Amino acid sequence: MSLLKYESQLREPLVDGDKDYHQVTEDIVRPIEAKPSRLWYIGFWISVGLLLFGVYSIYREVTYGVGQWNLNKTIGWGWDITNFVWWVGIGHAGTLISAILLLFRQGWRTGVNRAAEAMTIFAVMCAGQFPIWHMGRVWMAFFVLPYPNTRGPLWVNFNSPLLWDVFAISTYFTVSLLFWYSGLIPDLATVRDRAKTKFRKLMYGVASFGWTGSTKHWQRHESLSLVLAGLSTPLVLSVHTIVSFDFATSIVPGWHTTIFPPYFVAGAIFSGFAMVQTLMIIVRKVFNMQDYITLGHIEAMNKVIVLTGSIVGCAYLTELFIAWYGQNPYELWAFFENRGNLFSPYGWSYYLMMFCNVVSPQLFWSRKLRRNITVTFFMSIIVNIGMWFERFVIIVTSTYRDFLPSSWSTYYSPTIWEIGFYLGTFGLFFTCFFLFAKYMPVIAIAEIKSILKTTGEGYKAKMTDVEKADAEKFYIEEVTHAH
Amino acid sequence: MAGGIKKFVVACFDDEKTLFPAVKNVRKQGYKIHDVYTPFPVHGLDHAMGIRETSLHTAGFIYAITGTTTALTFISWVLTKDWPLNIGGKPHFALPAWIPITFELTVLFSAVGMVLTFCYLCNLAPFVKKHHFHPRATDDLFVMAIECTDKTNDAEVEGFLKSAGAVETKIESAETGWWIGRYDREQKLYKEEKGY
Repeated sequence: MSLLKYESQLREPLVDGDKDYHQVTEDIVRPIEAKPSRLWYIGFWISVGLLLFGVYSIYREVTYGVGQWNLNKTIGWGWDITNFVWWVGIGHAGTLISAILLLFRQGWRTGVNRAAEAMTIFAVMCAGQFPIWHMGRVWMAFFVLPYPNTRGPLWVNFNSPLLWDVFAISTYFTVSLLFWYSGLIPDLATVRDRAKTKFRKLMYGVASFGWTGSTKHWQRHESLSLVLAGLSTPLVLSVHTIVSFDFATSIVPGWHTTIFPPYFVAGAIFSGFAMVQTLMIIVRKVFNMQDYITLGHIEAMNKVIVLTGSIVGCAYLTELFIAWYGQNPYELWAFFENRGNLFSPYGWSYYLMMFCNVVSPQLFWSRKLRRNITVTFFMSIIVNIGMWFERFVIIVTSTYRDFLPSSWSTYYSPTIWEIGFYLGTFGLFFTCFFLFAKYMPVIAIAEIKSILKTTGEGYKAKMTDVEKADAEKFYIEEVTHAH
Repeated sequence: MAGGIKKFVVACFDDEKTLFPAVKNVRKQGYKIHDVYTPFPVHGLDHAMGIRETSLHTAGFIYAITGTTTALTFISWVLTKDWPLNIGGKPHFALPAWIPITFELTVLFSAVGMVLTFCYLCNLAPFVKKHHFHPRATDDLFVMAIECTDKTNDAEVEGFLKSAGAVETKIESAETGWWIGRYDREQKLYKEEKGY
């Protein structure tokens, strides 16, 4: 019964080394049971420091108002909404990996899905900060909720893309969290059953909800995961579509375009995978997970990066073409003067974006570079810089010279508190990620075990016998479970 | 709710390859499998044990349409009856603009409802204490628990399981109650199965 799914010898193993189930548990749970390394402490405290700086920046903003940021007459959305869209975009890879790749039966997702989902949740937490604090009077934030109030009741405007965003982001966060945690329960039970100290037994006992591994429970768990994946797939596409509606339903030149939804979704997957690469390359090194996050995994993700990067590049060129083809003077101005003219005040950011997002990922057409860790690590950072500039270009170059030349005011550059807020979300993100990596299994233990015997290096060899055997016999014996 | 003590013969297998025939033979002999605890979802084991298909996904569908109806009725009531807003003379009943929120609520209701139902059905919650037959059931062993009655000859069952490939067997008593799970309603007898 070990060969429920037959996999060709030609395919690279997804789990390296000759491992059995117990070895998988050992390898993945070891970092949780061991004392954290010095490197972990350094990283953790740097993150906490950044987080505190962010908290202070927000304190300034709340106390003195949004004037603490350098937003001006025409640029109402500066760094903060740029950062919001950037973080939401990063938060797309986790659900994409765990949901869409589950539906497509991509075995390699098992090595990276747990950490990628965690990353999604932390990224969405960071993203949510920006629109909330951008409100200025943050104590009024609950006004976005449709509740029967004493002002009429005056309801929220359900026709507004900004309200759609509230629903989209909060739903996305909730569903991702449920998906992630329901997958974690069996793995936390594994940690619980190995725990030596009373405290650990209690903590992991509480966290694992009393999971026993009963066959009936697994059957329901499988059904739950499959349906959640089916729900998350359109959800993940809808979230960045709705974020793009924030722009696309306006009449601002450069935003007023129907290509935004697919273009934003592709961009989100692009930057999300880049962030997964950055984190996974560090995780596999620090926790010695090279056998589970193999070069094959890294290569697979690089393929997604080159695909989505090229889709994004295609969208950039389409935008330019449509601006020219439409001959609308305002659109032409936005695309060929504010962005396309290298010597206009923000022209540099447009070309930086083009270079990072369109030109540099083309390196990954080469198999050798796709499988090179150093190149991948640098590329993942370049891609995320590029994707940050994409949102910056969209927001700032479309608004800094608007319809009224007298308000073409100053050159927009952020204040230290605006930057501090951004750094603070990095602090939040990495603080959460360090805690996750220390206290929870960074790789889905149960899922690795379920693919181990079809794709583990040690089991691959045993499959040669099957390969030689009669195909029909193989089907009857191994696939239909007949005995 | 506790209803006395029940005795179980617990057998551990270390390979799915021996587990499947063992499950089949145990059921053929007429022993009642209380449950099999596995470290990961073993595909086909539920069928081999004769457990019926779950209908959790049907529940998910019902939650989903509840979300859809909630969103549509609430938004139409707000924008056409309770407080109609004149937005540039556009129709009050602006269905296309409500699709995003309707979709989000559909997904939200379905996901939250399904997870809560899952936890309810499997008795999963923080601070829940359950009976665990073997600590390695979440590591590398497939643990089968067979319920003993007064007539059961424990030694015979143990011997039988050993010959079926169990690497370890033991006899364990557990207090009955919801915490050990009850699957007799879920499980068909071997005789009742198709092709018997």
